[in-house]
Amino acid sequence: MTTEPWVIVRNAQLPISVRIDRRVPPVLAGVTLATLTLMVINIGVGEYPIAPLDVVKTVLRLPADNADYHFVVNVLRLPRMLVAASVGLALGVAGAIMQGITRNPLAEPGIIGISAGASLAAVTFIVVVRSASAGVVSLAAFIGAALAALLIYLLAWRKGDSPIRLVLVGIGLGSVASALTTLMMTFGDIYDVQRAMIWLTGSVYGRSWAEFWALMPWVTIFAPVALLLARDLNVFNLGEEVAGGLGSRVALKRGLLLLTVVALAGASVAAAGAIGFVGLIAPHLARRLVGPLHEGLLPVAGVLGAFIVVAADLAGRTLLAPIELPCGLMTAAIGAPFFLYLLIQAHRR
Amino acid sequence: MLKARDLTLAYDDKTIIIEALGLTIPAGKITALVGPNGCGKSTLLRGLARLLKPRQGVVLLNGQDIHRLPTRTLAKQLGILPQGPVAPEGLTVRELVAQGRYPHQSWFQQWAADDEAAVTRALEITGMLPLADRPVDALSGGQRQRAWIAMTLAQETEIILLDEPTTFLDLAHQIEVLHLLERLNREEGRTIVMVVHDLNHATRHAQHIVALRKGCVVASGDPHTVVTQELLREVFGVDADIIPDPRTGLPLCLPYGLTHEQGVEAKIEAGR
Repeated sequence: MTTEPWVIVRNAQLPISVRIDRRVPPVLAGVTLATLTLMVINIGVGEYPIAPLDVVKTVLRLPADNADYHFVVNVLRLPRMLVAASVGLALGVAGAIMQGITRNPLAEPGIIGISAGASLAAVTFIVVVRSASAGVVSLAAFIGAALAALLIYLLAWRKGDSPIRLVLVGIGLGSVASALTTLMMTFGDIYDVQRAMIWLTGSVYGRSWAEFWALMPWVTIFAPVALLLARDLNVFNLGEEVAGGLGSRVALKRGLLLLTVVALAGASVAAAGAIGFVGLIAPHLARRLVGPLHEGLLPVAGVLGAFIVVAADLAGRTLLAPIELPCGLMTAAIGAPFFLYLLIQAHRR
Repeated sequence: MLKARDLTLAYDDKTIIIEALGLTIPAGKITALVGPNGCGKSTLLRGLARLLKPRQGVVLLNGQDIHRLPTRTLAKQLGILPQGPVAPEGLTVRELVAQGRYPHQSWFQQWAADDEAAVTRALEITGMLPLADRPVDALSGGQRQRAWIAMTLAQETEIILLDEPTTFLDLAHQIEVLHLLERLNREEGRTIVMVVHDLNHATRHAQHIVALRKGCVVASGDPHTVVTQELLREVFGVDADIIPDPRTGLPLCLPYGLTHEQGVEAKIEAGR
């Protein structure tokens, strides 16, 4: 044997052992570091530029040279960055789970209609209940995501569980929801429609600590839940029959995983609107970097998701400054061609 | 020992595939399930592996209803390799085989020394050790099938069920896989149940043959008692000469025509 492909941690006394692909620790460390760096740069950039070192000092509450820094960094820009990173993490993990349970490389919460359900609910509240606050819109979006997932589950999974049917039903439901959303906007007041449009593209503009603390619990609970189900995702990836033969309680575990997707995708859509394609791109890149086993794939996809949203936000803020482009626009600009590339590849195989 | 009693299997209310079937799989032997297309042999295999819930009747493993056993307990005693499994892109042979340890692992114990030993052994037995770090999708058909068999082996079950393990393989790879299964049976004492298409493969490599037609067992026993001209007519609708295999003395079947009535029936069925 040349090189050991796995890092194995095992305790001789206690029945505890973990195995992870050798590539995971360095990749995870590298991507995390890159994301943190990008977050610091992003916080420093703007009408009121702050040097990266000062940003770090201010975030860590070390004495800074300028009294204004605290307000600009810790009150205005840091929560926005944390929302961006958490949303990206949630979308990356949700996408990896979705692709794992459906065995479909094109599956993503956005593509199977969960985001479309959230959007419909949110836009309905923005346009119909005009006075709806951001908090109410977020709640509506979350409920919309959950309802869409439930509907997809009932229509596509109650009788047998074909991954292809799931995706097709999801796309169908997504289209219906999008059509209804458009209809809603046609009748809406121009000011509300503008607000709805920004929400639909997905943006972390003006996000405060309130949004961050609303998103936080979902991510801190459900990202680890996903990690606990990593081995189940691994056997699902070999096909339902193989998974069943290996003794996985397929229906139960899949239900739990789907619930995790709804929680992560729903919470992130509620916090930042429908930022598309992150859940598609992040798992693909992660697979290239650390292979298809989910113990490593899930965390790497999560951190890559955070990296993508933070990078998209930075690009959106700097490309046409002082005009700010929503980060959902940036992810779509990269994501849509990537989706086509995957489609062509899938077709070739 | 694996037994089916009064077993009825169906995918929906209208189409019953297996009806009131009784079957005993002899321990420590290779059993081949044979029969024409659509006779229910793959469905029966899925039923025996608990992948399909019976409409009626039970499947018993050492006297216990398999649907009442905890899933992991069953998966430590009985493994199944479905037909034409597909590995995700980029998964290496070693990673695939490691999945066979799923029923033996827990949240805390994800990779015990036993797991590692079982995977290495499975790779050795199947001759896949030199290819362990290659992606499964880059292997030849025969190597790929050996990798999947290695995964089932790593599960360390007494009984292994295989659905058409030789389909899509060329002649040399078919023999390679069948010899591997024979060795597993002989040297490891594993009970093997396989669905086979080629009747001559069944007679040559299995000690026990179960012939199915329209969801019922028509005959079962050793190759000499099962493979007869009457049975071939009844089960497959073909007229055949049966001669002793010059190498082993086992019955060798050489079909030469369609049995009149059933030939027509088979054509109608094929045309559907």
